[in-house]
Amino acid sequence: MLAIVSMATFAIFFLVPRLAGATAEGMASRYVGRTATEETAKLAAERLGFNDPLIVQYGRYVKGIVAGAEYDYGAGVEQCPAPCLGYSFITRQPVFPDLMNRLPVTLSLAIGAALIWVLLGVGIGVLSALRRGTVFDRFAMIVALAGVSLPIFFTGLISLQLFAYGNPFNWAAQGGYYVTIEDSPARWAYGLLLPWITLAFLFAATYARLTRAGMLETMNEDYIRTARAKGLVERKVIVKHGLRGALTPIITIFGLDFGLLIGGAVLTETAYSLNGLGKYAIDAITNQDLPKVMGVTLLAALFVILANLIVDLLYAVVDPRVRLT
Amino acid sequence: MTAPLDVPESASHAAPEAVAAGAGRTAIQGRSLGQIAWMRLKRDKIAMTGAGIIVFLVLVAICAPIIVKLFGHPPLEFHREMIDQETQIPKDRFGGIGWDFLFGVEPVWGRDIFSRIVYGARISLLIAFLATLLSVGIGTVLGVTAGYFGGWVDTVISRAMDVFLAFPLLVFAIALAGVVPDQAFGLSGDTLRVSLLIFIIGFFNWPYIGRIIRGQTLSLREREFVDAARSLGARGPYIIVRELLPNLMAPVLIYATLLIPTNILFEAALSFLGVGVRPPTPTWGGMLADAARIYTVPHFAIFPGLAIFITVLAFNLFGDGLRDALDPRGNR
Repeated sequence: MLAIVSMATFAIFFLVPRLAGATAEGMASRYVGRTATEETAKLAAERLGFNDPLIVQYGRYVKGIVAGAEYDYGAGVEQCPAPCLGYSFITRQPVFPDLMNRLPVTLSLAIGAALIWVLLGVGIGVLSALRRGTVFDRFAMIVALAGVSLPIFFTGLISLQLFAYGNPFNWAAQGGYYVTIEDSPARWAYGLLLPWITLAFLFAATYARLTRAGMLETMNEDYIRTARAKGLVERKVIVKHGLRGALTPIITIFGLDFGLLIGGAVLTETAYSLNGLGKYAIDAITNQDLPKVMGVTLLAALFVILANLIVDLLYAVVDPRVRLT
Repeated sequence: MTAPLDVPESASHAAPEAVAAGAGRTAIQGRSLGQIAWMRLKRDKIAMTGAGIIVFLVLVAICAPIIVKLFGHPPLEFHREMIDQETQIPKDRFGGIGWDFLFGVEPVWGRDIFSRIVYGARISLLIAFLATLLSVGIGTVLGVTAGYFGGWVDTVISRAMDVFLAFPLLVFAIALAGVVPDQAFGLSGDTLRVSLLIFIIGFFNWPYIGRIIRGQTLSLREREFVDAARSLGARGPYIIVRELLPNLMAPVLIYATLLIPTNILFEAALSFLGVGVRPPTPTWGGMLADAARIYTVPHFAIFPGLAIFITVLAFNLFGDGLRDALDPRGNR
């Protein structure tokens, strides 16, 4: 899986420009500055290894991850220890420490938002399903549908305008405000409040719709009737029997969503100028800095895989019908 | 099978709904249910509102040059006389909204926001429709193939879908849209960008629909009418085309309608991030990106944002209604 992702990234970066007619020198000239002569471009292509066959370049990359690598950028040989994701073509900094620096930002964003959206989305979904057809249900579903239809980069802009830049309020932090949780948990939360809420709103809407549909379906199952027939309190029927059954598909989607989100909440981070993995990816792509892009996509894919693994384990906890062999 | 006694009158009214009704007729048990589906859809006021907005938007996109000629100024024309040269924002109140400029003018350049929204609808809808068509095409073909043949074919295709679903798609799409130079594959300019975006968006979205179609095919394959066809000597391709595909029309149609809004958001996101159709060609996402750089003029963000919101909402409303009408389990 990781191998496929890394190969695909590599292919996008090397094969597509080749197919479109770029040369090794042409590609390398991007990384040596504006005043590049043909010779410096040639040297750079040689140094970055663009002249080797693709498979050799890829092999070198994989070897770096497993065993570390040595790089020579003209200023002496540098060591890059074991999970070596290469050096940036432009800043010449190793990629891996960079990624680790950015990870807490994205992680804070994702975890905070996930907490809000799961509680809110599932809660509203259950209530809606139980009070199907009431004013509450109608209203909640209309809001949820609106939520699904709003792009985050628009809600982000508007929320910043309304609540951070003083038109009319300035309660929340402005774009780009981030304090690490170790420095001050209160300011950390203050800075992330708006991104959390907007991001959570988007997802809560989807989850509310899914939960409602799931609950409506499970509450018609035979085992719910059995539970009621044996005299269980309605509350217990709903939480222990109904919700458990309805949660399975939601956990699946949560795994995917959350995994993708830690890999880089590209749009949210761009809208709020947060320096997380998503912003890192965008900057790297804008600069066509392959090692950075490779690093960030690999990390993102890793998170998706981990999240899916955890989801599979969670199934057994939530749904008594699933047995791990 | 005997011919239906009465062709639904509605068939001639509106093409997509008529197709839906026809598909429903065969998908659900018996011919009258198709009409019931169409009736249900017609009675669903919210869904019909969505459909009305969609028709309106499509007309706007098609007639963009005429509308702009009547109500606006060319989308690329600068109107610096509307801009205060010191602050770089429009001179008049409300960002210059008035009879002359219906949605006001942009700060700095003073281009007509109304015309840019109208032209933006073209790019947005064109890309979303064609990308959806591509996804649905790939998804249906591979989904049916995987579901019908099973075995190693199914394994390969299902694995491919899993891989796609685990990809950080947005990052990939951005990377792919970012590396392609301005002239490639014999195309250039807007044509290249639009076809590139259609390809990227369509190509990355097929597994969602593929999975659904595969699941449906798996259950349809075991049904009696397929057995009957096979016992009469029909072979794979015939069964797929004549027996399975007509029965799959309902889910295909539902998910296609629900995929369009996703694709509109996808295109807007790519344009917002600067890897979509290149400026100065107006796109909704691109207009929002411009607005993000200038915080002092909020109306500049509101119109493109609303345009995206209304379009996406309309498709979602219609798609939901369509699902309720076609899905036999959806009896509220």
